[in-house]
Amino acid sequence: MESIYWPSFFFLLFSLVACGFAVGVLLAQNIVRMAFYLVLSLAATAGLFFLAGADFVGAMQLMIYVGGTLVLLIFGVMLTSQDRFIEMKTWAGDWVKAFLAGGAMLFILISAATSVPAWQGLDRAEAEAVSVSKTATPLGMGLLGARVDRFDQPDAARRAGMSGYLFQFEIVSVHLLVVLIGAAYLARAKRRRTLSVAQTD
Amino acid sequence: MAHFLLEFTIFGTHVCPWPWLAYTIAGVVHVALILNLVAISALVFIWLERKISGRIQDRLGPTRVGGKFGWLQTLADGLKLLTKEDLMPEGADGMLFRIAPYVSFCASIAAFIAIPFAGGEYPWIAQHLNTGVFFVLAVLGLEVFGVILAGYASASKWSLFGAIREAAQVVTYEVPLGMCVVVPVLIAGSMDMVVIGDRQAGMFTNWLVFHDPFTFITFWVFFTCAMASVNRAPFDLAEAESELVAGFHTEYSGLRWSFFFMAEYGSMFSVSILASILFLGGWHGPIPITSMLGLTPENGPMLGYLGQLAGLANVLLKGVLGVCLMIWVRWTLPRLRIDQVMTTCLKYCTPIAAAMFLGATFWHYRLPEKNFFGLLDVPAAVYEISEGWDNESGKRNVESRMATSEPHAKLGGL
Repeated sequence: MESIYWPSFFFLLFSLVACGFAVGVLLAQNIVRMAFYLVLSLAATAGLFFLAGADFVGAMQLMIYVGGTLVLLIFGVMLTSQDRFIEMKTWAGDWVKAFLAGGAMLFILISAATSVPAWQGLDRAEAEAVSVSKTATPLGMGLLGARVDRFDQPDAARRAGMSGYLFQFEIVSVHLLVVLIGAAYLARAKRRRTLSVAQTD
Repeated sequence: MAHFLLEFTIFGTHVCPWPWLAYTIAGVVHVALILNLVAISALVFIWLERKISGRIQDRLGPTRVGGKFGWLQTLADGLKLLTKEDLMPEGADGMLFRIAPYVSFCASIAAFIAIPFAGGEYPWIAQHLNTGVFFVLAVLGLEVFGVILAGYASASKWSLFGAIREAAQVVTYEVPLGMCVVVPVLIAGSMDMVVIGDRQAGMFTNWLVFHDPFTFITFWVFFTCAMASVNRAPFDLAEAESELVAGFHTEYSGLRWSFFFMAEYGSMFSVSILASILFLGGWHGPIPITSMLGLTPENGPMLGYLGQLAGLANVLLKGVLGVCLMIWVRWTLPRLRIDQVMTTCLKYCTPIAAAMFLGATFWHYRLPEKNFFGLLDVPAAVYEISEGWDNESGKRNVESRMATSEPHAKLGGL
């Protein structure tokens, strides 16, 4: 038991769950089961984030992706609850195309991940020496426009380039607000042009 | 707890020299405590609900099982549920039908992982998360997932109607709920629930519900939305008996059905505890008796332990009171129609929450050092617990308010 490095064990466990259910999404033919597997896969990804000490990103993953899939599931049930759509068959040609595209993507990702020296994993001794620190506060301060890590930066030129993310954050928020208003505008109840004539007799 | 086990020695020998064993024991103890808390609280709440509803309707409620007050009634109910036949409709999606109650139950329990039951320097919490409030909100939203799966998999129109109603309701009510939660987070300057709770140390005048008029209203909006998001009457559209037989759990019986029930009572309890930590001082009683008696970790571990125990009692008591309030509301008000539920949320709760958020922001900006509707000062010790930008290097923010960093204070604010 001493020789097992437990963070690696849990990493493998969570990634196995995530990948396994991702394959489940592909193989399932029922749209609700697909959504269920997708939720489990995304929740396991959130587990990976928690394992890495990124609480905020993990909770974000749960809230946005898992919660978002929930809405997807509702629409899936509501809009496709006819028999024709609820069971979906994948044709052989689709499998071939998907394998080609997915395999090429996987090849690029794996070769990229293994070829960059800075991305190689640490030795166990090195990894055990690293202490996981909580990072949410500097991130939040950065979004508010204050880069708290810039004060530690000795290089003056670099320090000048490190500004907060308030502007970008605001642009994204205003953009989302516009999208929301636009969606509400499109989905609003249309006013009837003609009034129905009262029935006689 | 794992660190404690690793460092614990008797006569110079380590009790638990292996880290893996220490971590396993710590995990098992936490999980067992949380599971038992939810299960036993459900046991108590079901009895309490029957008793209170009986009294409200001028009945006696359960009186026989277990001697006085019928306090063993739920256990008898549980035995009955165990012996019921496990039915599944013919057209049901078997796997999803079986798994749905567990999904609801797991989501309901998972929220307790990040909820502290006592604070201070050594908080009683299964997993101390930096962004605990956010995690709890995210997990609470997942409970509806099991309900939707149950509604779909049952292959029954009543179930599907119930599930779709529940989905619409929960997704809608998350908006004002999130807005209300932001207000205490803003005043405490942290998403860490331990920090938010300890921001309210001292007398009840320091509780965030009394911080200013806006937070006072926010608390009630929060409680309303929480009640709706855990699907309690008068917002229990998903299981409206008069319209949908029993809503999403129409086709469930026996133990599977009771898992849904336990999930419902579990999340009622967790939102009540959340409300108590965010607004009602959490583990700090109305009068700080424990710190007056010296039950703090500075005076030795045993006294500190007693103080934490009193904090635990405070949190649980406030949680139970919140649940009682929900039961009271349920047996007093009639059920709303689905359009009234939506109107309550979108036309009343959301605008009120938004206005209260703006008001609380402005109040906190103008009077950052005042508590209790701006009449009293915030105790000096409270500033020290607000989270600084770097805990590791000890550069904690002591003088500046909220989470403004130390180098930042040198520059003179933003």
